[in-house]
Amino acid sequence: MAYGKVWKYGDNINTDIISPPASLEYPIKEAARFTMQAVDPDFASQFRPGDVFVAEHNLGSGSSRENAPLMLRELGVKIVVAKDYARIFYRNCINVGVIPIECADTSKISKGDMIEVDYANGLIRNQTTGETYVCSKMPPHIEAIIDAGGLIPYIQNVRLKKK
Amino acid sequence: MGYTLSEKILARASGAEHVRAGDIIWVNVDKAMMDDVLGPKLEIDDCLKKLGVPVWDPDKVVLISDHYTPPANAMQANFVKFTRDWAKEYGVKKYYEFAGPCHQVMVENGHIKPGDVAVGTDSHTCTYGALAAFSTGVGSTEMAGVLATGQTWMKVPQTVRAVWSGALPKGVMAKDISLRTIKEIGHAGATYKTLEYAGEAIDTMIMDERFCLTNMAVEAGAKAGLIGYDDETARYMAQFGVTERFDDMRSDDDAEFERVLTFDAGTLVPQVACPHGVDNVCDIAELGEVRIDQAYIGSCTGGRYSDLKAAADLLRGKHIAPDRRLLVSPASRDIYNRCLKDGTLAVLADAGATILASCCGACLGVHSGDLADGEVCVSTTNRNFLGRMGSKQSKVYLASPLAAAASAVAGRIVDPREMM
Repeated sequence: MAYGKVWKYGDNINTDIISPPASLEYPIKEAARFTMQAVDPDFASQFRPGDVFVAEHNLGSGSSRENAPLMLRELGVKIVVAKDYARIFYRNCINVGVIPIECADTSKISKGDMIEVDYANGLIRNQTTGETYVCSKMPPHIEAIIDAGGLIPYIQNVRLKKK
Repeated sequence: MGYTLSEKILARASGAEHVRAGDIIWVNVDKAMMDDVLGPKLEIDDCLKKLGVPVWDPDKVVLISDHYTPPANAMQANFVKFTRDWAKEYGVKKYYEFAGPCHQVMVENGHIKPGDVAVGTDSHTCTYGALAAFSTGVGSTEMAGVLATGQTWMKVPQTVRAVWSGALPKGVMAKDISLRTIKEIGHAGATYKTLEYAGEAIDTMIMDERFCLTNMAVEAGAKAGLIGYDDETARYMAQFGVTERFDDMRSDDDAEFERVLTFDAGTLVPQVACPHGVDNVCDIAELGEVRIDQAYIGSCTGGRYSDLKAAADLLRGKHIAPDRRLLVSPASRDIYNRCLKDGTLAVLADAGATILASCCGACLGVHSGDLADGEVCVSTTNRNFLGRMGSKQSKVYLASPLAAAASAVAGRIVDPREMM
């Protein structure tokens, strides 16, 4: 469960937008100030931990750069909601412990709305508009990785122990 | 019911007799590729130290410093140094630097063979699918998991098949097929799926051109880009002493495809992807007047020998327009040397081209040719996202090497057939 203020973006927020070329040289802590710079120069300075990142189609398309979810995580993003995702970004989020939720109705969500993301039950409640939307729950094989706290602890506690 | 090439490769890699699209499986990885920018320095070294395990099999790991070579500043130089030192620390002997973009280095040094499963810390790892190998991009943490265990999980993808009949007319290249296909599928239309190319036009292509197709599969969202094994694959592998045949490494005729798209290569005309989306594609003839500042011929998409040769043939005896620049970065040091020895680079330089080191630099806007505010570039690379090659106020158009060369001469984006 997460509850927070929405930062809202549209389709195709790609990895060059989330983590622009110039940011790649810096350690993630310093790189975070470049996050989303090309489309929202306020994002990095004004996003507060607990706020919710919401986009529409094809979030995270492009590069395999894990810098994208790492920079979001550094700014306090714990959960992202989009209609659908580019594949590598989706996996990267899970692996670094950012929860990617799918919701077909994100076009009904606006910047500044207060939403509650109840991903255990697959529901998003928009406190600002009073609407409720259906969202994804995690498939069991992915839940196992998230429950362990990300891919590395999962490997440590589950995969390597099996061997 | 037959099997797709993806199902065949992933069945073997998972140790199962058969797998079907939708199955979630653990696969053994045959080759793990890392670059400098998204390699050991980003998370991977930390994760492995946390796990406290060695690399599962250093002979299956290839490390390539290519994005930050030659380094533009001390921070980039530190990435390269870190990568080089890390290879030594972990006993990875297959280390390259200043050798060119990783994907070309991988294929031209025989690191991939048909039927392999390969993962790499770069989204264009899907390139190796032209050799009938299942290859895909992964993030750094996932790579750390692969290095620790030799395995990763995958959902067996469905396959979208693009069948190109006929023969490409003069002046139209593999890049045009790639852009036209992506236009049809859309930038996310093949997400989670394999994009497989087939048909007469593909059968008659040399491997250089096939790599241009599978390289860009990820631009349609695809997990892998594949082309079935044939005599051309065999010919390409023979240069590495691989004489074994892999004739089963093709999709069966009665395999189940998610979609089959058909195209006629014979009627295709030069294409261009307009800012800021790779699927924002039209015929160059429909584009209208677009003045350029820079033309770029290079990268793991459009800097191979046949690309540079085609550009040089068009540019012979011509010169680029005033106040324009043409940057050429051969896709590997081997290609650079071959073009140097046979005079291709001299023809390009005589036409006014600036010959750059073999590297990733300008393609992702990290050195060697970034764009200023308001500038326009026509490029043979694979992405034209906002800010991709430098300023967020610049614009990138993607086209074939012939189109980039012709545009450099005209000073605006033109159909290369006007100059051939």
